[in-house]
Amino acid sequence: MNQREKEAYLREYSILKAQGKPFFPYAVAKDSLMGLLVVVVIIVLSLLFGAQLGPKASGATTTYVPRPDWYFFFLFQLLRVIHPPGFLGVATIGIPTLGMILLFLLPFYDRSAERRIERRPIAVATLVFVVVAMALLTLRGAAAGSPTALTISAPAAVKAAGKGAVSEFYAGRAASSDVGCGACHTIGTAGNPGPGPALTHVGSRIPLAGIERTLVNPTAPMPSFKGLPPKELTAIATFISDLK
Amino acid sequence: MSEAPPRPRRRRGPRLPKPPVPPAFLPRPLPPGTQRGAPRTALDHAAESGKVVVDWIDERTQLSGVTRWVMFRKVPRGTNWFYTLGSATMFAFLAQAVTGVFLAMYYRPDASGGAYESVRYISTSVFLGNFVRGMHKWGATVMVVLVFLHMARTFVWGAYKYPRELNWVIGVTLLILTMIMGFTGYLLPFDERSYWATIVGVNINGTGPVIGPYLSDFLRGGPEFNATTLSRFYAIHMLILPGAIAGLILAHLYLVTKLGTTAPPWVKATPEEPALGEETA
Ligand code: HEC
Ligand code: HEM
Repeated sequence: MNQREKEAYLREYSILKAQGKPFFPYAVAKDSLMGLLVVVVIIVLSLLFGAQLGPKASGATTTYVPRPDWYFFFLFQLLRVIHPPGFLGVATIGIPTLGMILLFLLPFYDRSAERRIERRPIAVATLVFVVVAMALLTLRGAAAGSPTALTISAPAAVKAAGKGAVSEFYAGRAASSDVGCGACHTIGTAGNPGPGPALTHVGSRIPLAGIERTLVNPTAPMPSFKGLPPKELTAIATFISDLK
Repeated sequence: MSEAPPRPRRRRGPRLPKPPVPPAFLPRPLPPGTQRGAPRTALDHAAESGKVVVDWIDERTQLSGVTRWVMFRKVPRGTNWFYTLGSATMFAFLAQAVTGVFLAMYYRPDASGGAYESVRYISTSVFLGNFVRGMHKWGATVMVVLVFLHMARTFVWGAYKYPRELNWVIGVTLLILTMIMGFTGYLLPFDERSYWATIVGVNINGTGPVIGPYLSDFLRGGPEFNATTLSRFYAIHMLILPGAIAGLILAHLYLVTKLGTTAPPWVKATPEEPALGEETA
């Protein structure tokens, strides 16, 4: 926008403003009506759906699904979709930060004087892209976060080791399902493809002791599971190390 | 020979818009013979006392000028219902403030079980407690939705362009603070779901480049998730952020008043219509 365009805009605007109505009472009436509607909607939502309180946080739990409030689903899902190995930090914080910076600076790189949306094709394309992407990510995030039950069956090596090993495997599988490893890892066909790596064959890469160490002292964003009862921790570690 | 035109009297200060009083309510001329300003009936006396009080306050605060500037300014031709989205967001924020104060009367930021118990107490025992909690919870959703809709409105209108760039920047800050409100509030009930969602959220922060680890250390109040974390989130959620948001809303609204809201971009001024100076005519 150059000086001439700025002045033209201000001139035009002062005419339109002069031809308008006073804020009080016309805009005030509309705003108040809208404010009333907002409060009514909140009251109705509260009456219909209320507020739940889950089980008390213990830090050592057997049932959890790390799910934020729905308006963060798109962010969570974004982190699941984009997880280049080695660049996790860039993806997790980098992409949202980049989005924020682009949003902040919008008035400084979109400097055209045109305001009519039908003559701003790039703005329309961006708007459509962002809205569709956020809607899809939110929907998929809503579908993905829920139960992370594992379905993988015992590999041949475990079966060969006898009945005891097989039942240990399934006990560990149940514990891992409950704790929700699938929220961040793929195990067999279940679980989310990130932010953690797939664990389907992790046992061939990391020994039992290494897995136990990971569970107690992991790299962020994986939470530590050192609060779990030792028996459960061992069951999970054994199950994971059986995945070869 | 003609008289020189009278020199226009210089006004002091800006010209303030006049209230849009309908003609029927304008003061009538007094009947002949009555003394100007002298109260005649009891009703006059009552009306006069109200005026005296307002005048007394105004003489000391000089607020009437600001009020006239805010209330009687004109909104441009073509203003429609989409322009109520901003104030709707503000009403949602105010509703959050009110319900939040009531929740704060019972809530205890105690990670060793007190927080959870106090929320359970609100939900089960306090009169209308669960209703107010529900309002606060759903109010957050409503506010987030409205803030996005309002942003979409200003984006589609091109309202972020000259001269309103700064108000867009303030707006983005408000959007981010609103989201952080949602994030910090989510932990407070301290049930399983909120606890784990927050741990994961804070840890994700920690993976960020450069400031990531410092940010999550600050949020946790140390390298581990502990009792300080909850009181820290509580202070952020109920003191720091609401204060910051309220202040920024005031700045936002000051700029809205100062610059005026945009006219819809498809509304064009018709050149033959009278231009500048009209508003004070
Ligand atoms: C919040 C997400 C999250 C959850 C929940 C989670 N992890 Fe992880 N996990 C990760 C991430 C991310 C990594 C990669 C860390 C890194 O960069 O080294 C990881 C790494 C691992 C590794 C090392 C893998 C390798 O190839 O180096 C193992 C083993 C592991 N996780 C097991 C588990 C188990 C078992 C559970 C459930 C008890 C679990 N994780 C739950 C996110 C998670
Ligand atoms: C707490 C959140 C917010 C509140 C309470 C708020 C309030 C308001 C109000 C009352 C107006 C007057 C006109 C209208 O209602 O449309 C306004 C205008 C404006 N807002 Fe916001 N707003 C908020 C967030 C945002 C956000 C997130 C953005 C964008 C990033 C934004 C950008 C703008 C702009 C550019 C204007 C000028 C619009 C015009 O002149 O037509 N605001 N805001």
